[in-house]
Amino acid sequence: MNPISRYLADRLACRDVTRLVSQLQERPPTLSERVVLHFHLAACAACAGFDRQMTFLRKAMQRYRA
Amino acid sequence: MDASSFATEIESHRGYLMRVATLQLRDRDAAEDVVQDTLVAALAGQAGFTGRSSVKTWLTGILKHKIVDAIRRRQREPLLEASLPEEMDLDDFESLFNERGAWDAMPAQWHDPEEALSRSQFFDILEFCLEKLPPNTGRVFMMREVMELDSDEICKELRITSNNLWVILYRARMALRLCLQQNWFDAPEARRGNP
Repeated sequence: MNPISRYLADRLACRDVTRLVSQLQERPPTLSERVVLHFHLAACAACAGFDRQMTFLRKAMQRYRA
Repeated sequence: MDASSFATEIESHRGYLMRVATLQLRDRDAAEDVVQDTLVAALAGQAGFTGRSSVKTWLTGILKHKIVDAIRRRQREPLLEASLPEEMDLDDFESLFNERGAWDAMPAQWHDPEEALSRSQFFDILEFCLEKLPPNTGRVFMMREVMELDSDEICKELRITSNNLWVILYRARMALRLCLQQNWFDAPEARRGNP
């Protein structure tokens, strides 16, 4: 990974990424949040998996009420 | 659909409506009242059912209005004060991360989540996990994800800040994730459905 991508990916710790991923189900991201999250998820398989789980949870709740 | 089979269809969703209303209102009598109102309104309003959505979705929509009315009648009832501090505590999930905020252990991948959505047992487990949430957490999560109220409305009704809301929803999602992990994704096939 190039140093700039690495730098952007490391702007947030995984713990803060999980909080942000949840928050963004309630509000739109700021530009810098969007950039940092994009690079973090591209570099971190664990957080990318967590992000998919959160998307799945929302979908499961949609199916639950339908 | 003729009137009597429509009534039967509506009645068949009573259990689901009761579970949603109870999770939401945390009060069995109040839940029974709103479900009864919902079923009566649905029968009276059969003409309003266009068949574009499922009967269950349509009923959920009616229930949502009845619950919002009930919450408003309760005079903007604030959250249960007693358990609020502990439900706002983020430390419960700190153990998932090391001191630098990175994952302590690689979170497990979920195998074929799409398949889960086609299984009724999965939704029994989901309901079990929703019922296990602490009271305020469950209430807020249901307002957001089942009643589909927007964040501003929830904050106004419950008199909490958006930051409070984000913390509560984060805790709900983290707890549901772990509960689904343990009781569905990591569970042997045979045990699924018997949490």
